[in-house]
Amino acid sequence: MILIEIRNVTKRFGDFIAVDNVSIEIQAGEFFTILGPSGCGKTTLLRMIAGFDAPDSGQILLEGKDIIDVPPERRPFHTVFQSYALFPHMTVADNIGFPLKMSGKTRHEIMTLVTKALEEVELSQFGNRYPHELSGGQKQRVAFARGLINQPRLLLLDEPLGALDEKLRENMQRELINLQAEAGVTFIYITHAQNEALALSHRIAIMNQGKIEQVDEPARIYNFPMNRFVADFIGKINMLDASVIEVSSSHLKLRVTGLGEITVPAKACIKINDRGVLAVRPEQIRIAPEASEMNTGLQFIGKIKGFFYIGDVTTYNVELPNNTWIEALLPNSEPGHAKLFEIGDTVVVSWSEQSAQFLPN
Amino acid sequence: MILTSFRLPGEFGGLAPIYILPDKANADSGLTIETYQFFFSDFIYVEVFLKSFAVAIFTTIICITLAYPLALLIAHSPRKFRNLMIMLVVLPFASNFLIRIYAWMIILGPESALSHIINSALAFFDIAPVTLLFSPFAVLIAMIYVHLPFMILPLYTNLEKHDPLLLDAAQDLGANAWQRFWYVTWPQSLPGIFSGSALVFIPVLGMFAIPDILGGTGDIMIGNLIKDQFLGTRDWPFGSTLSIMLTLAVLSITGLFSWFARPTGKFA
Repeated sequence: MILIEIRNVTKRFGDFIAVDNVSIEIQAGEFFTILGPSGCGKTTLLRMIAGFDAPDSGQILLEGKDIIDVPPERRPFHTVFQSYALFPHMTVADNIGFPLKMSGKTRHEIMTLVTKALEEVELSQFGNRYPHELSGGQKQRVAFARGLINQPRLLLLDEPLGALDEKLRENMQRELINLQAEAGVTFIYITHAQNEALALSHRIAIMNQGKIEQVDEPARIYNFPMNRFVADFIGKINMLDASVIEVSSSHLKLRVTGLGEITVPAKACIKINDRGVLAVRPEQIRIAPEASEMNTGLQFIGKIKGFFYIGDVTTYNVELPNNTWIEALLPNSEPGHAKLFEIGDTVVVSWSEQSAQFLPN
Repeated sequence: MILTSFRLPGEFGGLAPIYILPDKANADSGLTIETYQFFFSDFIYVEVFLKSFAVAIFTTIICITLAYPLALLIAHSPRKFRNLMIMLVVLPFASNFLIRIYAWMIILGPESALSHIINSALAFFDIAPVTLLFSPFAVLIAMIYVHLPFMILPLYTNLEKHDPLLLDAAQDLGANAWQRFWYVTWPQSLPGIFSGSALVFIPVLGMFAIPDILGGTGDIMIGNLIKDQFLGTRDWPFGSTLSIMLTLAVLSITGLFSWFARPTGKFA
């Protein structure tokens, strides 16, 4: 069932088009993420859904009814802000109970629900504290509890984990997934952190310069990016300039600068002489010592020029003939080794035909 | 001042000298609580105190009601206009206090445009004309006029610091305009109201120039009493007593204010 439909929404600030003809359908119960670099218009889109800004054109439909004219306080949506926006003059319990108080619930009802909510976010003994007495993670949980207490149809989350440190953020991501599953509330999650988007969402919309580039499931976004922007924005990817020289139903043949002719899987709407890039994820690249036997036809001799060790994996920079550079990611599964290759080693670089793809410009 | 209040007035004003006669066993220390007894013996002094309090409270409340919307307006204006508006609030301080009071004398005078308008309106309803000048009304108007900036400035400073995101959050969580004000803006502005109230209440309590110039014969306040004791009747001990009573009153009020505005979690 479609809960929210954003239909051809455009928002301008002067000459600047913040949101450019965006259309998205969000299913009830979905964890939907809008992912994009800062300034891509995702926060503007969120503010329009929440009702703080009105679109210049287009519609926002809640279960088929246009809600553009409904003020934020009467939309059954709540927002969790990046800075939490907890009321500093109210206790944690009063903060969480605020939406109930506004909707005219009795003191007794509020008490019961708030006590339950405090238990759910494991803050039972913090009810009488003030927000400034809480840690970042606790404030975050108060903000979630406040947003969910009167069971909104939709919870909008504006980079809610942005202010937390790495370790805490990972824990909160897990909590968030559980919270969403338990509450059964539709989430629209705004972020610029691609790993967060991949880890949390059912579906992701990639946004750039006010436009939606691709809407898909995380694995599909990662493995089958629709264009260069998506490929580059999500994860790391090797991109080598290429042009199409042969199109068939099963594959494309590319001429790649410096590497010659390379075959990749077929893709819709590609014509001969289209220019673009050959894209391969670093973890799909295999590198082996020169001596070893390789059984695929596709292989290049290269030289290790550098590496970047980050613990679980090491990224190697390999120089191929004709000044082409490629990055390869290898897991450090053997303990005690920071790297499998030394700078200056000559290696054989290869990848399977299926793991590469052509992305048009 | 404390010491003076326990002494006797001199024959020609000032203080009576203290005689110390070494050979007398029960030497008169020259100190007495007579002035304090006198203060409480006649209800008229307590009455002036109470009246001054009433004026001060009334002025403070009206200042809050007038200053709050104005401070809100300034705090919500675009940043570039704020300084200009604050300057306009402070501008009257550029002219002398007494000149501003005398200006009110002209505005409220019997031949002023304001008097004419009010009295012709009253005449229309067959009500006898009123005299604006030399009345409690004139005193109150001038009190408010003079002290309004002292309420606006701390309130503005407070309101300006509020995080506008909190209002968005409140609206998002279902609060209408009135609820947003009452549950978010107002409680956060209380420290500003307390400090503004202290800045208005205390000077109003001790004010003597405004009742002197604009008030009628009956409109005296504590300040006038004290001034008269020192400069008029030259009864320094009683003047000192009145001053001390005023100081005590002010101290207890500020104590009360600071207790209300004490730094609890609420306003941190």
